[in-house]
Amino acid sequence: MDILTPLSLDEALALKAERPDAQPIQGGTDVMVGMNFDRLRPPALLNLNEVPELRGWSRENGTVRLGAGLTYTEAMAPDLAAVLPALAEAARTVGSPQIRNRGTIGGNLGTASPAGDSLPPLLVEDAEVECASVRGVRRISLGEFVTGVKRNALADDELITAVVVRPSGAPQTFMKVGPRNAMVIAVVSLAVSAGDELRASFGSASPRPVVVRAPRSEASSFPDRVAEAASPIDDVRGTAAYRRHALRVMAKRALERCLA
Amino acid sequence: MRVNGVEVEADCWEGESLLFALREKLGFPGAKNACEQGECGSCSVLLDGILVCACLVLAAQADGHDVVTVEGLAEGDRLHRVQEAFLTAGAVQCGFCTPGLVVATADLLERRPDPTDDEIREALSGNLCRCTGYAKIFDAVRMAARDGSG
Ligand SMILES: Cc1cc2nc3c(=O)[nH]c(=O)nc-3n(C[C@H](O)[C@H](O)[C@H](O)COP(=O)(O)OP(=O)(O)OC[C@H]3O[C@@H](n4cnc5c(N)ncnc54)[C@H](O)[C@@H]3O)c2cc1C
Ligand code: FES
Ligand code: FES
Repeated sequence: MDILTPLSLDEALALKAERPDAQPIQGGTDVMVGMNFDRLRPPALLNLNEVPELRGWSRENGTVRLGAGLTYTEAMAPDLAAVLPALAEAARTVGSPQIRNRGTIGGNLGTASPAGDSLPPLLVEDAEVECASVRGVRRISLGEFVTGVKRNALADDELITAVVVRPSGAPQTFMKVGPRNAMVIAVVSLAVSAGDELRASFGSASPRPVVVRAPRSEASSFPDRVAEAASPIDDVRGTAAYRRHALRVMAKRALERCLA
Repeated sequence: MRVNGVEVEADCWEGESLLFALREKLGFPGAKNACEQGECGSCSVLLDGILVCACLVLAAQADGHDVVTVEGLAEGDRLHRVQEAFLTAGAVQCGFCTPGLVVATADLLERRPDPTDDEIREALSGNLCRCTGYAKIFDAVRMAARDGSG
């Protein structure tokens, strides 16, 4: 196995074009679990830790650009939490301090699990994913980026470079149901924002991202609409019926919280 | 990479974790190996001053970086105050979880010298202990915080 460690984004894209079989590794909190258990043996790993362009976040004329290497700990910091509060709440529920210090937004999108906690809060903010290759840069909506359970729209030679959001400033929140407060994969999760338009997106309740939208005047029927939009399954963490019920209850509470 | 301030070099299999390299190649058995999936925290170390699970860091990712293990907290023969507090409070039974808890506690007290109970709970939520039931661990953290402020 080869370890490739580019020192700039240009170098990273050149290497990815040369070695499309190289698996990116950022925080490693998903990749290393696979490696440690022999489930993952890519011919090469592309270590993105030394690419400065992927770090941190910045403001760009009205939008916020989250580097693919933004950690959950960074997303929880007060300056960014003020701009994207639901994302900060979601980040706080991820794993443990150790996981939040290493795990990244880019890695969460790379994994594209329906349980990925960064997805619902980014979806209600209509986030776009910036994908880059030596061929150029494109932006696609997060909803289109995730094409199925653990599948995404990246081409073999592409990397996720950033997530771009135009913060709505709307009251918003994130909730997650799990067996304890730390270290839980969501049984079901929900992000709600309540601006002029009500928006909701859930985790662990559909194979692909869904954003439910309604005018603010329809707040009373909104929890039912959220529950109906889900297509949950039965699995070891919970039943479909429970997930749907939990979504309805959570949506009601989330709206109360946001509209209070 | 530098481990506890000393430049070291390891001849690693490309896919191995920092935890494996520390324990098996570099002679730092302090970080423990239990779950290898980020769940137990017994492998906690500081990477460039940030608390991480060494089992989830690719050894090659630590190249050129600073690693501090539990072995690096004590100064010579003098234990770190967190280590002292764990001993005094009786927060150690089998001791397997202790190195990870000590590193996580040292990291917490570095950022929050006087943590609330909720802050302690959150900071240690990634460290499992199967023996002590956590009450004594809490005592130890509070004791270490007091020792630091006094
Ligand atoms: C103990 C534990 C608890 C966890 N708890 C949660 C939780 O509560 N909620 C949650 O959502 N997740 C959780 N996770 C999963 C994981 O931490 C997250 O998915 C995290 O966001 C992954 O980020 P990473 O940087 O570590 O990804 P990595 O492991 O480095 O990569 C993950 C995937 O993304 C790809 N990738 C990474 N960066 C890029 C890029 N720039 N371009 C293209 N592809 C890329 C990789 O090739 C890989 O397929 C947990 C994991 C562990 C071990
Ligand atoms: S061995 Fe690393 S967290 Fe358990
Ligand atoms: S003392 Fe045995 S696991 Fe904590």
